[in-house]
Amino acid sequence: MASIVSLHDGVRDLVRDGDVVAMEGFTHLIPFAAGHEIIRQGRRDLTLVRMTPDVIYDQLIGAGCARKLVFSWGGNPGVGSLHRFRDAVQNDWPVPLEIEEHSHAGMANRYVAGASGLPFAVLRGYTGTDLVRHTENIKTVTCPFTGEVLTAVPPVNPDVAIIHAQRADRSGTVQMWGITGVQKEAVLAAKRSLVTVEEIVDELTPVPGGVVLPSWVVTAVAEVPGGAAPSYAQGYYERDNDAYKAWDAVGRDRDTFTTWLSDTLGVGARA
Amino acid sequence: MTTAPETTEVTWTSDEMMSVAASRALGGVTACFVGIGLPSTAANLARRTHAPDLVLVYESGTLGSKPDGLPLSIGDGALAQTADAVVSVPEIFNYWLQPGRIDVGFLGAAQIDRYANINTTVIGTDYADPKVRLPGAGGAPEIAASCGEVIVVVRQSARSFVDRVDFVTSVGYGRGKGDRERLGLCGRGPSRVITDKGILEPDPDTCELTLTSLHPGVTVREARESIGWDLRVSRDLVTTPPPTGEELTVLRGLTDPKGSK
Repeated sequence: MASIVSLHDGVRDLVRDGDVVAMEGFTHLIPFAAGHEIIRQGRRDLTLVRMTPDVIYDQLIGAGCARKLVFSWGGNPGVGSLHRFRDAVQNDWPVPLEIEEHSHAGMANRYVAGASGLPFAVLRGYTGTDLVRHTENIKTVTCPFTGEVLTAVPPVNPDVAIIHAQRADRSGTVQMWGITGVQKEAVLAAKRSLVTVEEIVDELTPVPGGVVLPSWVVTAVAEVPGGAAPSYAQGYYERDNDAYKAWDAVGRDRDTFTTWLSDTLGVGARA
Repeated sequence: MTTAPETTEVTWTSDEMMSVAASRALGGVTACFVGIGLPSTAANLARRTHAPDLVLVYESGTLGSKPDGLPLSIGDGALAQTADAVVSVPEIFNYWLQPGRIDVGFLGAAQIDRYANINTTVIGTDYADPKVRLPGAGGAPEIAASCGEVIVVVRQSARSFVDRVDFVTSVGYGRGKGDRERLGLCGRGPSRVITDKGILEPDPDTCELTLTSLHPGVTVREARESIGWDLRVSRDLVTTPPPTGEELTVLRGLTDPKGSK
């Protein structure tokens, strides 16, 4: 059964230095508040996994929390590039960032393999691309039935998966709806999971297209209203598009970013 | 804005011509896998003009989205709320894209080459030490491989149209005719590259991109000078029909809803 915890305690107990951490969300329900708490608690040497690293990963990378990024598309969605990510890859600032790069189809299948307890997933993908030459975790496998050569990718099994959902009940059963991306697979693939929710309610009423994660597959739930802002939470609030646009200028410059880090999260850049 | 009759002179920008030409390319298409940015603009324009039944598929997992305006991102809430179905990301790639259910993949590009290979990964030939780190692959490699055909929408510049891409993120025609078949890619590849100057199509014999249509007011010289290889011009070169008043009104309503009302 999931524990109901504060965000502070959830991050303190579940996220450790050196962990493989997957914070998922496909432009919807991005766990921003949890990411900020990781920065505040000064986690280091994380391997961050995410299909679509966006502004929150830019902030984690700029704050020096990560040593590696496993991803398939890194950008500020609808706005442009991630400048902290670029600075880390191109100039090793504030620390070098190793990257492992995939396609969306490959990453999605890696989570499926992780959730399924399998040693690899099979897909038609990556063929003829230069990703194959640079990412060791893309191999081929021959179909034992037809002889067709297909692509194989290993599972993602994060130490901890962190997602944001609309709500949970008091037992910690989680409910989310709208675009739910790969969050279910991320939680099921992970050793531990932390779910932040808009609200904890007495009873979950069914929602069309809703995804339910039973309490017994979730490690901890924290009630964090607004925890996905400036992304959106369908049924609760809209995306703050101005914040995404404003991030472009903040992330572009090291000093501006460092000031933001100090003013917003009360932490200094990595010493 | 006043609505000009068809007979009076209508003015438009080269970007508008590009979006209109791209939207027209979706005639007769059932389902289109839409990338964000220019492709999304063109696909939504098509659905609001000549292709009202066009099924828009976004990689965030929305099937049959019918947004009122342009989505802010590929996972905009309006895409989910107006969709026929919202599915998980593994499902959209495995069940819907991979088996070849989607007719057209609509992609943008940071770099594109003579054989329509696309790069959205790095500028510079040293992957470990790139000149510019770009966002990466996203859904594009498998969209380019598995859709029935691919349409690319990209503004022309010598920086983006290069003889060979620095990094093959998504395969067009590889090094030429026969490469897609050798690689076992299911879809037939890029059928059109639509730019702000004209339309390029693969030569039937070599698969090299060739200028087949010039947008009104653009010269062959202008179209060729922003291409990083010796662009061939089709013997059957035509002029793209200019945007109609309706196309422009709808497009401006999508891209600048406040300005057009």
